Amino acid sequence: MAVTRPGKPVQRARGLSDRAVAWIFISPTIVLLLAINIFPLLWTIYLSFTNYRANQPGRPVRWVGVENYERLLGSEDIWEYLQATAHFVGWSIFFQVVLGLGLALLINRQFKGHTALTTLILLPMMLSPAVVGVFWTYIYQPQAGIFNYIINFFIDAGSFTMIGDVNLAPWSIVLVDTWMWTPYVMLICLAGLRSIPDYIYEAAEVDRASKLRQFWSITLPMVLPFLMLAVLFRAIENFKMFDMVVELTSGGPGSITELASINLKREAFEKWRTGYSSAFAVILFVTVFGAGNIYVKFLNKVKQR
Amino acid sequence: MYKLRKCVAATALVAALGAFVSGPAVAQDKELTLCWAAWDPANALAELSKDFTAESGIAMKFEFVPWTNFADRFLNELNSGGKLCDLLIGDSQWLGGSATYGHYIKLNDFFDKNKISMDDFLPATVYAYSTWPKGTPNYWALPAMADALGWVYRKDWFARPEIQAAFKEKYGRALAVPTNWDELREVAAFFQGREIDGKKVYGAAIYTERGSEGITMGVTAAMYAWGFQYQNPDKPYDMEGYVNSADAASALEFYKDLYKCCTPPGHSDAYMVANLDAYKSGQVAMQMNWFAFFPGIAKDEDVGGDKSGFFVNPAQKVAGSTLGGQGISVVAYSDKKDMALEYIKWFAGPEVQKKWWALGGYSASKVVLEDPNFPNTAPFAADFLKAMGGVKDFWQEPTYAELLQAMQKRVHDYVVADKGTAQEALDKLIVDWTQVFKDDGKI
Repeated sequence: MAVTRPGKPVQRARGLSDRAVAWIFISPTIVLLLAINIFPLLWTIYLSFTNYRANQPGRPVRWVGVENYERLLGSEDIWEYLQATAHFVGWSIFFQVVLGLGLALLINRQFKGHTALTTLILLPMMLSPAVVGVFWTYIYQPQAGIFNYIINFFIDAGSFTMIGDVNLAPWSIVLVDTWMWTPYVMLICLAGLRSIPDYIYEAAEVDRASKLRQFWSITLPMVLPFLMLAVLFRAIENFKMFDMVVELTSGGPGSITELASINLKREAFEKWRTGYSSAFAVILFVTVFGAGNIYVKFLNKVKQR
Repeated sequence: MYKLRKCVAATALVAALGAFVSGPAVAQDKELTLCWAAWDPANALAELSKDFTAESGIAMKFEFVPWTNFADRFLNELNSGGKLCDLLIGDSQWLGGSATYGHYIKLNDFFDKNKISMDDFLPATVYAYSTWPKGTPNYWALPAMADALGWVYRKDWFARPEIQAAFKEKYGRALAVPTNWDELREVAAFFQGREIDGKKVYGAAIYTERGSEGITMGVTAAMYAWGFQYQNPDKPYDMEGYVNSADAASALEFYKDLYKCCTPPGHSDAYMVANLDAYKSGQVAMQMNWFAFFPGIAKDEDVGGDKSGFFVNPAQKVAGSTLGGQGISVVAYSDKKDMALEYIKWFAGPEVQKKWWALGGYSASKVVLEDPNFPNTAPFAADFLKAMGGVKDFWQEPTYAELLQAMQKRVHDYVVADKGTAQEALDKLIVDWTQVFKDDGKI
C-alpha cells in the first residue's frame, strides 16, 4: 500500500489547500480592514497637510505643510473644546466608577429580587444615545420637566435651567451620561466581584479581618483590573461622544459643552474644511491612541501584581 | 471538508450572481423628486403640485426634511453629486456655493426660451433667491417662497382693559404694537412673569438656537434695524468699522438684554418650532418667526383668528427685516432635468402663483403681490409686503456655512453664555470672517 502524505496530493486532486481556504476566509476581513480603517487613516493624515475641501472638487489641492496643525494648536477655541471634553470625560467616568462599583457591590449581595433590579438598572444603557439626549431635554425643561420639579421639591431653586445655564450645562451632560452608562460599569465590576474566590474571604474571616479591611485588601485590588478596563472603554467612548450631547445642548450655551467631536463634525461637514478637520482628527486620534496605550500598559502591570 | 469547500464556493457564486441580477431598481420615468424643508408651506406645495401631475402626467415625489437637518442633509446630497433631488428649494445662502460648484443648472437660456421674465417677480426676491454673483443677471433659481422675519402678538391680551390700564400706568402710553425695538422691549418686559388667566406668561420668544442658524437670524433682525452692514459698500470684504460698528454692538447688547429680561426660562436654544410651541401654548405675549408660519398661526385653534396679530420687524434707526425664503432650482446631477424644467415653467405661471398664495405659500410673483387687493387677503399680508420691501440677507458666499457657524458661535457665546462684551464678540467675528475670506482667496 502506497503511503500518501496528507496535503499535496489531496491539494492537487481537490483544488484548494487548507492554507488557501484559510486565506479565502480571512481575506475579506483584511481587505475590509485595509479599505475602511487603514486607507482612510493614511488618507486623513495626508489630507491634514493640505487645504483640501470636500465640497469644492474642482479646487486645486495645495500642500500646506503643518499649517493646519499650527492653526489648530494656536487656536484658543480648540483648547476650550478640549477642556470641555476633558471635563465631560473626567467627571462622567469618576461618577460612573463610584456609582458603578457601589451598585455592583449591592447587586452582588444576592438578595431577593436582585435579578429584577439588575435588569431595571441595565435599561438606560440599552437606549440609543440620541434618544436619551432628546428625552432628557424634556426632563430638563424648566417649566414642565420633572428634573426641576424634583429639585424644587427638596430645595426652593426656582425656575432654573440646566442646559441653558453656563455653569450647569457641563454638569447636565455629565449627569445624563452617568445615568446612561453607570450600569455598564456596574456590569463589568460585577463580573470582577463574581470572579473573586470565596476562600479568600473565608481566610480573611479566619484572620478576623474587618469588612472594610476585606474591601481594601481583597475586593478592591481584585476588582481593579476590571474597573480599569471599564474606565478605558468609557474614556474612549466619551472622548468621541457626539449624539447625546448634540441632541441635548447642541454644544451650547455658547460653546460651553462643545466637545471636540462636535466641533470636528462642524469643521468637517458643516464648514467643509476637510484639511483642517483632518488635522484635528489626527490630533484626537493620536491623543486617544497614545493615552490608551499608556493606560493599557499600566493596566497590564496592575494585572500582573 | 470537501463538502464545506463546495458549499463555500456555491454560496459565493450565488452571492455574486445575486449582486449582478438585483442591480439598480428600475427608474420611475415619469416621476420627479422635489426636496425641501418639512414645514407648512411644503405641504401647500405638495397640494399645489397635484395640478402639475394632472396637467403633465408627471408624478411628484417629495423629500421634506426637518429644518434642523435641512442644510446638513441636502448640502451633503449636493456635495456628493447625489441624484436624490431633481428639484431643490434650497436656502438663499446656498446660492453662491451651488452656482460656483455646479450643483444647480443656470436658468437664463431656459427663461429666455420660455419667456419667463424675472421682471415679473419682486426685485428683492430675484436678487436674493436667483442671482449669483449677486445682482447680476445670472439666474440659478426661480423665486419660489418669499419670506422674511416678522412678529406675532397676542391681540386678545393686548386688548384687555385691565392689561391696557396696567401698561399705561407703568409706561404712560397705550399698549400697542411696537414700532421700534425700545417699545418692543417695554412690552416684553411688561408681560414677563405676569399672570394671565391664572397662568404665568412671559414677554417674547426670540431665536437663540446654537446648532444651525437660529441665533444669527434673530440677532440680525435687531442689527439690521440698527443699520448693520456686512462690509464697506465701496470696498467688498472690508468689514472693519461695519461689522463691529458701535451701532452693531448696541444692537447685539440690546438683543442680549431682551433675551435676559423677557424670554421664558430655558429659552436658550430656540428656533422656529420652539418659538411656535411657546406661543401656541400661551406662554408668551410675542414671538419672532418667519412669515411662512403665519397662515398656520392665523388658523390655529388656540391662538388663531382674532387672538393673534402680526407686525413687521420693528425699526430702530432704520427699517429692516431678516430675509428668509428660497428659490427653486434644478439639480445638475438629476437625470430628469427636462422634466424638472417643465415643472419650473409650470410653477412660474401667474395662475399657479395665485393658487400658491391661496394655499399658504408665499408667492414672489408681482401678479400676486401687486394686486391691489393683496393686503386684504390675509391679516399678515400687508406686513409681509412691508417686510419684503426692506429685507436683508446673510452672506451668500460659497463659504457661507463657515461664515454662519462663526457668527453662531460668537453671538451665542455673548448673548446666551455671557462671554465677553458685544464689541469683543464682533471684533472676533471679523477675525473669523477675514480668515474665511483669506482661505477662499477673496482677500
